[in-house]
Amino acid sequence: MATSETIFREYRPSDAERSDRSAGDRLRHRQKVRESIRENLADIIAEESIIGKDKDRVIKVPLRGIKEYRFVYGDNSGGASQGDGDSRPGQVVGKTGKEGPGKGHDMAGDRPGVDYYETDVTLEELIEIMFEDLELPNLERRALREIQSDYSTKRKGYRHVGIRVRLDKRRTAKQRVMRMLARDRSLNGNGAENGEPAEPPTEDDAPGLSALQPGAGPGLRKRRFPFHQDDLRYKHIEVDTREESNAAVICIMDTSGSMDTMKKYLARSFFFLLYQFISTRYRNVEIVFIAHHTEASEVTEEEFFHKGESGGTFISSGYVKALEIIHERYHPSLWNVYAFHCSDGDNFDSDNPIALKAGEELAEICNLFGYGEIKPLGSRYYESSMLNVFRRIQAPNFHTVLIERKEDIWPSFKAFLAKDRIKE
Amino acid sequence: MSDLSLDTSSKVSAYDLEDLVEWDRRIREKVDEFGLDCFPQEFEICDHNQMLGYMAYAGMPSHYPHWSYGKAYEKLKTLYDHGVTGVPYEMVINSSPAIAYLMRDNTLLLQILTIAHVYGHNDFNKNNFTFKSTRADLTVETFKAHALRVRRYVEDPSIGMEKVERVLDAAHSLHLQCRRNLAIRKLSPEEQIERAVENAQPRSDPFQKIHARPERVEPDLRRVPTEPDEDVLLFIRDHNPYLADWERDLLTIVDEESKFFIAMIETKIMNEGWATYWHKKILEALNLEQGLHLEFLVRHNQVACPIPGQLNPYHLGLRIWEDVYRRWTEPTAEEIKRDGAPTKPAREKLFEIREVERDVSFLRRYLTEDLLRDMDIFEYEARGENYVVSKVADDDGWRDVKETLIKNVGTNSIPVIKVEDADFGQNRTLYLKHYHDGRDLHLEYAEKTIAYLQRLWAREVVIETTLEGKKSLLCCNDRGFSVRALK
Repeated sequence: MATSETIFREYRPSDAERSDRSAGDRLRHRQKVRESIRENLADIIAEESIIGKDKDRVIKVPLRGIKEYRFVYGDNSGGASQGDGDSRPGQVVGKTGKEGPGKGHDMAGDRPGVDYYETDVTLEELIEIMFEDLELPNLERRALREIQSDYSTKRKGYRHVGIRVRLDKRRTAKQRVMRMLARDRSLNGNGAENGEPAEPPTEDDAPGLSALQPGAGPGLRKRRFPFHQDDLRYKHIEVDTREESNAAVICIMDTSGSMDTMKKYLARSFFFLLYQFISTRYRNVEIVFIAHHTEASEVTEEEFFHKGESGGTFISSGYVKALEIIHERYHPSLWNVYAFHCSDGDNFDSDNPIALKAGEELAEICNLFGYGEIKPLGSRYYESSMLNVFRRIQAPNFHTVLIERKEDIWPSFKAFLAKDRIKE
Repeated sequence: MSDLSLDTSSKVSAYDLEDLVEWDRRIREKVDEFGLDCFPQEFEICDHNQMLGYMAYAGMPSHYPHWSYGKAYEKLKTLYDHGVTGVPYEMVINSSPAIAYLMRDNTLLLQILTIAHVYGHNDFNKNNFTFKSTRADLTVETFKAHALRVRRYVEDPSIGMEKVERVLDAAHSLHLQCRRNLAIRKLSPEEQIERAVENAQPRSDPFQKIHARPERVEPDLRRVPTEPDEDVLLFIRDHNPYLADWERDLLTIVDEESKFFIAMIETKIMNEGWATYWHKKILEALNLEQGLHLEFLVRHNQVACPIPGQLNPYHLGLRIWEDVYRRWTEPTAEEIKRDGAPTKPAREKLFEIREVERDVSFLRRYLTEDLLRDMDIFEYEARGENYVVSKVADDDGWRDVKETLIKNVGTNSIPVIKVEDADFGQNRTLYLKHYHDGRDLHLEYAEKTIAYLQRLWAREVVIETTLEGKKSLLCCNDRGFSVRALK
């Protein structure tokens, strides 16, 4: 011991920069996380508000796919740990299912532990993964992501005031000439004894716009005739508020049955696509969520996807509510209304005729009205289906779709949009 | 490797390398004085990012790549960034020369304490029997060679990352299913057969005239393995003929590294206790000036305080070492009556223990009833939704409490699973047995892990275990996982 010398290696910042050897493994881990998110996408989308939210919003996503498994003891194993001095038998020291009290020390081979953690994902990333999951064609993806603003402007007349860039030089010069001629004429009328025709300005004609000088005295032969404030003409531009640029998306969903995760995922991604698509076409898009069972009410997105109520279903109630809202706030003459209704297809028979009538009415005032029946494969417990009932609606802009699995979403979405009253 | 971690706010370090070298010289004086026997020591100053990096790779300056280390890094970093945990003050690798990392931002006192602590680990790693099976002088080179080989497989166009990961993922999930006491030599297959034959011989019995003749049981010499084999990875490596060479090599690499970790798992409490014991001794002997001394008391207490509801190995270890020292210097009359008077000087006893014990035997022999009671160690069990204290260290319960404690330290917290038969039912089914000790396997984890076993074995895998008191078979084959009750 005494013979060997202890070595101290000094800290070198350059080492610190170079020695990020975990970078590769971190990257690989990140990829695994992404895969894991993709696998759990249904759960995540089903639980997150994504419709009409800021793209940069960060979502916490729980990760389950990348646990490292090994043989460990299960719940029935107790343990020993240290108390605070007066432990008595019968004292409760922890909860099973979570962690035993004997965690703390990081011994390998310890109980399973919380190998479960969260990662942050931006909404944009999540949507990208969703598009991958729904197998959207690449081109369509871009169209949906980039909101092409339908923002057009139109020239509409001229004004005396405005910003410099919109100055119309030609018109301004004309005005000046007109003013000059008018003045000459009036001078000629007043002092005819001079008999001199008014001379066009020979001098510097350059628009000395800021140097506003009143016209020189009538006795001067050689006069400058500068621009005057009154000569200035500005182009006037108006934002084109086309009526079509207002759209309202009305999402109606049946909350009576239990919406399980898969149904929620399917419904939410469909609504999301719809909203996203409408947003690319219209400048001003508003969205309304109507949840209904036997009664309908307008709710927030949060409630929309999380309210599960038992009881019967009157589909008509949702439609009546939608009609009510449209009449109140989104008059069809000013708004393009897109309504879509998701349901598991279970309705009281007695309600069917009323629903049919309300549906027809909706189809009449909406650009597009759709009914989607979500029946994930394997959940055929409801044999009744509204698809047959709604088949009777003849309106060309009404469309029904059946969504059984996530692969159906994109094709049915496209089929739905094809019925749009306003073709591109 | 070990680490000593606390949450701490770093202060501006008002010292330089010279100071550290000087303090190191003074500490080494004490180390020699106390008779600690260390490997040559190397300290490397690093910043917290580097420290996180070292932690993710178990301290190794070079380690083969695998995503799980990236995950470990992210996790550590998240915890660190959110202030849940601090970065450890130091990290020691069990190698010769011993490499330790010192955090650049630590205060002078922390560096002094850390250096002293490191020498404690160094001495322990050099002398404890558990570490003898790991070649300390080759540690760093071994890990480097492993990294090189794995990288080569990843870069090999005919293998690639995906395939390497497939094997590594599976191997990692099984890496602790290996022999625990590395000091016991593993017999070669021939020796095992020899032993089996020997055991089958009838015992010489002086009273064989009056005893009934014991029935001779023919040993099954054709079964592979002859004796149940705990080294699952090595067994698969040697007995799955369909593995490629590089796959065998990966299994070897993972197994070699786990041997290295088994030694540390087996001695966590002793090792940390030992290092804490000696950093305390050394710093007390250094006659620190008042300011440093006060900080030392604070820091030492942060490290070695009991944490209710948990077991702090620093605390537990330190208490036992101190108790041993006391009992061998000034035992109470009661203790002399019970254990006899000490036969050797206390320090000699300490050094002897640090050489020949591991956590399990250390606790069994030197954790006394009084100490258990004093530290208020209790046993808990699951009742319904809660963990409930079932026994405390009173006259009736202390033995059970101690037993439970021992059942949960070191490798005892890893289920014992051995390979019993490589050709079960003449079907090349791998038959393993879980040696049940009252604790059931976690079924979800077992299901996923057995799938990894099947991936490596490439045939059906069966594990015999006990679930809720019933003998059961966990099977994993191409059709998936199933649990069958055994009559």
